[in-house]
Amino acid sequence: MTMSLGPYASFIVMSYAAAALVVAILIGWVMLDYRSQTQRLRELEQRGITRRSGRGATELR
Amino acid sequence: MSLIDLANPTRFLALTARVLPWLAAATVILLTIGLYQAAQAPDDYQQGATVKIMFIHVPNAWLSMFVWGVMSIASLGTLVWRHPLADVSAKAAAPIGAAFTFLALLTGSLWGRPMWGTYWEWDARLTSVLILFLMYLGLMALWRAVDDPSRAARAAAVLTLVGAINLPIIKFSVDWWNTLHQPASVMRVGGSALDKSFLIPLLVMAVAFTLLFVTLHLAAMRNEILRRRVRSLQMMQASRMAYSSEAAAGSRQENASNEVGAA
Repeated sequence: MTMSLGPYASFIVMSYAAAALVVAILIGWVMLDYRSQTQRLRELEQRGITRRSGRGATELR
Repeated sequence: MSLIDLANPTRFLALTARVLPWLAAATVILLTIGLYQAAQAPDDYQQGATVKIMFIHVPNAWLSMFVWGVMSIASLGTLVWRHPLADVSAKAAAPIGAAFTFLALLTGSLWGRPMWGTYWEWDARLTSVLILFLMYLGLMALWRAVDDPSRAARAAAVLTLVGAINLPIIKFSVDWWNTLHQPASVMRVGGSALDKSFLIPLLVMAVAFTLLFVTLHLAAMRNEILRRRVRSLQMMQASRMAYSSEAAAGSRQENASNEVGAA
């Protein structure tokens, strides 16, 4: 069954496409930022710069 | 687990690591159901198929205000309770809120062209939402402009609380002024004016987008905590380097004076 979107189909498709694109950008930004921060923390720890608690900066416990 | 327990960033990171996969899965499932229901929804007798834009536009419009509300509570947390994660929460929410507000404006514009005959009208609802979007951008710029996170947090918190005045203006703009935008049809006295065939997919999409916000917000807060750890480790590295270079300069000076003494 195909969905008929009528004479304004382009407006409907553009709305959904824009939402998908913006959400994808948000997800990509969050994931890349996480990767970048954990990478920088690992580099610092490899240079011997550690937290005062002595725990790894990416450690969760 | 209370809010006080979550004041510990390490405990917060552990919680997000456990919760994020479940939240992401719930978001995907609800978005899939919502999109399917939106596709199956009948055409409106006046608007035809363009009513499908509502299932994207309305959740984003609601979230644009909801996120500012979350930031306002977080700002109170910064200024009144001095909760350590309050400013992390406010800072992490701003870009997500800006994205939702942008989508509300864009999809509203794309809905307005076929229905009103124009992409944009300087009426009260549209203008107040545009102001909200500009305030989000202003807050993000403020966070970037001030190096010290605690100083930036206080300034941003004040700006956020002042900006919260815009929320009731947006909500009631359609009642207070004569606008092109339709009045509230879901959250209004006397119940929703929408038929169930539209209301149910709309509510599913609204919950799905809210879950999307919660997921992205927690992930962005986790990133912000890590960014602050990077900053503090970099400062520690810089102070160690400064200390060791000072110590090296001191020992060179001491050697030089010993040599002079020996001569």
